[in-house]
Amino acid sequence: MRARVLVVDDDPALAEMLGIVLRSEGFSPAFVADGERALAAFRDVRPDIVLLDLMLPGMSGIDVCRAIRAESGVPIVMLTAKTDTVDVVLGLESGADDYVMKPFKPKELVARMRARLRRGEDAAPEVLTIGPGGNQVTIDVPAHLVTREREEIKLTPLEFDLLVALARKPRQVFTREVLLEQVWGYRHAADTRLVNVHVQRLRAKIEADPERPEIILTVRGVGYKAGTS
Amino acid sequence: MPIIDLSTDQEPVRAEALRSMARGFGRRIAAFAAIGHRRWRRSLQLRIVAYTLIASSILVSIFGVVVATRIQDGLLQSRIEASISQLNNGHSYVEDQLGAFNRADDYDLPRSMQAVAENLAQLYGSGGESGVVILGGGALRGLGPATAGLGGSQQLISDELEARVLDNQIAHQFVTLPPTTDPQGNRIAARPGMVVGIPVTVAVGTFELYYVLPIDHEAASADLVRNTVIITGIALVVLLAVMAGLITRLVVNPVRDAARTAQRLSAGLLDQRMAVRGEDDLAMLAASFNQMAVNLQRQIVRLEDMSRLQRRFTSDVSHELRTPLTTVRMAADLLYTSRDDLDPLMSRSAELLNAELDRFEELLTDLLEISRFDAGFAALDAEPTDLVAVLDRVVDRLASVAERAEISVRLIAPDHPVIAEVDPRRVERVLRNLVGNAIEHGEGQPVVVTLYSDESAAAVTVRDFGVGLKPGEEKLVFNRFWRADPSRARQTGGTGLGLSISLEDARLHGGWLEAWGEPGRGAQFRLVLPLRAGGRLNSAPLPLVPESNELPMATTDVVLRRAEPADSETPAHDVGGLADGDQINSNGHPGDNVRPAATSKAAGSDPQSGSGQPTVDADESSSEAAHA
Repeated sequence: MRARVLVVDDDPALAEMLGIVLRSEGFSPAFVADGERALAAFRDVRPDIVLLDLMLPGMSGIDVCRAIRAESGVPIVMLTAKTDTVDVVLGLESGADDYVMKPFKPKELVARMRARLRRGEDAAPEVLTIGPGGNQVTIDVPAHLVTREREEIKLTPLEFDLLVALARKPRQVFTREVLLEQVWGYRHAADTRLVNVHVQRLRAKIEADPERPEIILTVRGVGYKAGTS
Repeated sequence: MPIIDLSTDQEPVRAEALRSMARGFGRRIAAFAAIGHRRWRRSLQLRIVAYTLIASSILVSIFGVVVATRIQDGLLQSRIEASISQLNNGHSYVEDQLGAFNRADDYDLPRSMQAVAENLAQLYGSGGESGVVILGGGALRGLGPATAGLGGSQQLISDELEARVLDNQIAHQFVTLPPTTDPQGNRIAARPGMVVGIPVTVAVGTFELYYVLPIDHEAASADLVRNTVIITGIALVVLLAVMAGLITRLVVNPVRDAARTAQRLSAGLLDQRMAVRGEDDLAMLAASFNQMAVNLQRQIVRLEDMSRLQRRFTSDVSHELRTPLTTVRMAADLLYTSRDDLDPLMSRSAELLNAELDRFEELLTDLLEISRFDAGFAALDAEPTDLVAVLDRVVDRLASVAERAEISVRLIAPDHPVIAEVDPRRVERVLRNLVGNAIEHGEGQPVVVTLYSDESAAAVTVRDFGVGLKPGEEKLVFNRFWRADPSRARQTGGTGLGLSISLEDARLHGGWLEAWGEPGRGAQFRLVLPLRAGGRLNSAPLPLVPESNELPMATTDVVLRRAEPADSETPAHDVGGLADGDQINSNGHPGDNVRPAATSKAAGSDPQSGSGQPTVDADESSSEAAHA
């Protein structure tokens, strides 16, 4: 089945070009040009992935991102022309899974989208635990279920992938580059902001005290590792 | 006695107490002196008051001494003159009375002398307060003394005075009159007095006539004058000091006020102003100061506005250019991927379009980056970063470029992580630029990248053995759009902004980026970064000018880079592997390690260990690489 893509972009030429590329890559795109109607279009189309321009007329891309994230864990890839860290981090913090800097190559965009859609194909029965005793989080991998003391924690698919990657090798330190490769499907990229922001978001959901993390630990200068009992 | 016993018992205790008191006192004095010194240096007012005190004290003292002396002299002089006129009268009387005698051994002579003295004393004595003494002089030495009036008068006549009188002079001398009692029986204390003497020559020989007179009235007047002068002087000095203090205060207060306001201004409170009172010089100071503040504020606000506009502009240009460029990029890519279906001319056009779009993008990115630096809005996102990993990545990514240029890149780095608080994106950009440049200008010779750190800084040098730099060019290379040789064909293109941006990146970290080069010896670039964000650099762990022309190890023809671990899911950094290895190798730096790595040619023979990184001795590795 062709994956449905919702493209939220106000530039008609770019939207049309995106349509040509996406159709040729086997996606089924739908378009909306302003922020106000983006949420309605999202409910209507029920896309598998959203491409979202950060600068939109009406409602800003950041607000659209928050609104979509509030009701769905669907992968969101930002299209941004702003390279400042503030803008990138703001977009990621509002819930985007990944971002592509304009101008991007079509292959790069498609690779990112595939990486976000790829998940859940080879889920063998597996239950993982992570965190120190007394503050353990259980992950049922095929069921996409994360629980602490039998209480479900809602994670987006990306956050889930990030947690699973760390939990599968509990004693190992993951550099940000390795996480970028394993979770986001990047090769040869050093954009550590992506990892940092998502680790913060993940901590905010699963840690008892996000200021003093026990489940996802920072290894200074190297990266992150899972906290073990 | 018990009291004495007690006191002797307590003696050592008391001495100790005294000593400690003295020490405490000394410390207190030292503390006061320190405070005083500080106040002296800081307070203009204190200094001016002190100078005024000193200067006015000296002036008033001189003035007082002169006035007092003049008045005292005047008083005494008139007294002396009055005494001398009395003495002259006495002289005539003595001449009359004793001039009748013809013989010195006249029986009546001593009696007459006594009578004359008593008469004179009665005439001028004013109640026993003064005395009259008549002495026989010269041949008449044996006669007298005849004294009358004040008792003990003759002892007051000094030999010196007598000699001067005998020398036929009217002489006077100041003395202290002994205590006595007045006719009413009241005690009179010792008081200042004067002896005046005159020789009286008659037929029988020369007599000496002396008056002993009290001058306590004159002394009292002189004392009064002196005291008045002293009191007036002190009052004057104090008054001057107080006035100096007040006047200084009048000037210093506005100055202090101005200093405070200036401090607030420089702290960013741009709307701080001084109060303007009156129309005097101080008011002018305040008014000028305020004028300056207004101008500064206007200028700063204007610059801020401009900067904000610039930033907005940069951001807008960025967005406005990038969106259509994305469309163009995608269209060009579509054409490029299907170029095989196009006719040769169209196909080549698609290739050119694609390649130039890459350059255009690079140029756009660099221009926006440099304008962000110019606008002062480049922000540093520092986080602890392993520089070894960054260098590995940089060398790794440039491997294909190096291979195309048939250049080997050698990385000399410690085999433990070098953690520095830096912006990893910026540092990677700088290093990619330096290594890329070295490969471009390497002329087929190897490129050596060295990383070394001390306790406060980390340094990376990138050395190539190409054409080198001409004198003066080591500064020019950082200029925008500068090219070493305009006629030389571009190999890898580049925007001409790379090193300018790198320099700005280094500065943003508080680091240094410098170049060295000599024609024929190649070039070396050195990046030095403080290990802690915001740290200051004092020295660099690596020299800018290389010590030798030699390669640090035998030359090989392969690109050197770190070996990928066999299992791609095993990341390079395994905690267990971080600690081991403080080997000392032939390159001098303890713990350094030349990490060879495989090219496509050498991959099969590269040593693989399950965990950590392969750490192989330099010679061994090069021979191994040579075997391959």
